Amino acid sequence: MPSASVTTWQMRANVPELDTTVDLCGVTLRNPLILASGIWGCAAGTLVRLAREGAGAVTSKSCGLAPRQGHPNPTVLDWGAGLINAIGLSNPGASEERAILREAKAGLAPLGVPLIASVYGHSRADFCEAVRLVAEAEPDFIELNISCPNVEAEFGRPFALDPLAASGLTAAVRAAYAGRLLVKLSPNTPDIVQVARAVADAGADGLTAVNTMPGMIIDVRARRPVLANLVGGISGAALRPIAIRAVYEISTAVDIPVIGTGGVLSGEDAMQMIMAGATAVGIGSALYYYGSEVFARILGELTQLMREEGYARLSDFRGCAHV
Amino acid sequence: MSSATPAPDLDRGPIQLHRAFRVTRAIPEGRAGATLILNGALLAQPGQFVMVWLPGIEERPFTLMDDDPASLTVASVGPFTHALCALRAGDRLWLRGPFGHGFALQGSRHLLVGGGSGTASLTLLAKRARSQGHELTAILGARTAKLLMLPWRFEELSCHVILATDDGSLGHHGTVLDAARCLFPSPQWGEGQGEGTPRLQSGEGWGEGDPWPWDLYACGPEPMLRALATQAVALHLPCWVSMERIMKCGIGLCGSCHCGAKLVCTDGPVFSAQEMLRALDTA
Repeated sequence: MPSASVTTWQMRANVPELDTTVDLCGVTLRNPLILASGIWGCAAGTLVRLAREGAGAVTSKSCGLAPRQGHPNPTVLDWGAGLINAIGLSNPGASEERAILREAKAGLAPLGVPLIASVYGHSRADFCEAVRLVAEAEPDFIELNISCPNVEAEFGRPFALDPLAASGLTAAVRAAYAGRLLVKLSPNTPDIVQVARAVADAGADGLTAVNTMPGMIIDVRARRPVLANLVGGISGAALRPIAIRAVYEISTAVDIPVIGTGGVLSGEDAMQMIMAGATAVGIGSALYYYGSEVFARILGELTQLMREEGYARLSDFRGCAHV
Repeated sequence: MSSATPAPDLDRGPIQLHRAFRVTRAIPEGRAGATLILNGALLAQPGQFVMVWLPGIEERPFTLMDDDPASLTVASVGPFTHALCALRAGDRLWLRGPFGHGFALQGSRHLLVGGGSGTASLTLLAKRARSQGHELTAILGARTAKLLMLPWRFEELSCHVILATDDGSLGHHGTVLDAARCLFPSPQWGEGQGEGTPRLQSGEGWGEGDPWPWDLYACGPEPMLRALATQAVALHLPCWVSMERIMKCGIGLCGSCHCGAKLVCTDGPVFSAQEMLRALDTA
């Protein structure tokens, strides 16, 4: 005779159809898994492929106003508990990127998969001009990568580390761009909640939390840091608890949706992120571990877990970890 | 000199953080570059690549000329490859890998076509094939005789070697494609017969009308690969090619080496002729 808990599990498992759709700022995503910026996002062909293979939305690689070659190699390493990268924002510049985004948008439209265009800059004027050019490709969202150095600030401190600089930048872009605006936050700040509030108050429609965390790997036989840039961004499993905590705290402090990004490698990780309060979930380093099938894999694990726990839709457990 | 690096178990996957090796022997490759024999094994599938790092200079992908001992053949074409070619016995260099999908041997008779430094991607395949007693013909080409790479290695492996130089300074006067075409089935084949076993046009040790005996493996400049793949597809010849792209991460993350919907680092670098043509046509 089955125990009570098994019966309960079986009853819950009989949930007929799971609803994994997400409303992100008025745009419907078929599932919450979003390709994070900087991964596979240099070309229309690879963006469309990942949409075909199951991504709920895709983000292009960050582009700036001028073309940029990026750092020399080594640029990315698997150091065991995660990855470290310093690719150096290599990109063809906003004008060329606009053509890539147009091509991607044309390929994504029949699939019903939204496109997020990532933009970076080193000053407000840079950002505004790059956004203006990229907006001509009509992406569904523009995401501001504000973790790069602000040349107008003392010591070039990144916008993301300073609530005032971050909100000033957001307000400037907001005034110039009427579309859906996301801002990607850095975990490397004493008070990410304060930055999140400042950016939300300045008019962002949503937040992406978090970017990578700075770190370094030294090769003892070479007696120097391995990355050509010396310092790089930590991602993967090592970043996950940092990201979960950031999303947990931000999601109660602001009224706009949060895309929880950082070390999500499984359906359980994605559920953690949503239970922390994320509306959608960014997928980055997992592409390295599982290849292009990763979206189908994580979504399969997530829906399996939803069945096991008796959830019919994502809102059944979104933010539920706030105890 | 440090003791030899222990051979990694292929099943345990690639080395992710660089391993330091030392050069045990540097062999000049004519005017073209050098072959570096290292002090340990790094087991790989033929056609897989490693990321080679000289600290403070650069890190770039290279296919392994041999995996036991790990060996690299480098064409000297820029600052990083000049620095590699200047390494002498006892000098250190760092490797991570092997990465990507290599060549899988099909059949038991193989025709290898290597252009320029692409030749280095075919030597490990030749070694594996010879160790299984397979028959090999290698067509190696370069612009001129002094730029030919690794003919000695293919001869050492008892391959039938055909050389081709654009200027006719050694071997067949023309490209490797011209040399390969002499071995191809007659162009009429396929038109009349559709799917089936291609038949040889002429000589080179094979009788006219014999079945096409080879599986075709190639590496070299992209125009050469495209032309070869196009012809192979048209003639229904089994053909695999190893592609090159500028790589950053080498491990399927950054997307720099995209070609159409494919990433050369993890989907390749070895593709079937059909896959490569499809990727190039959508890039």
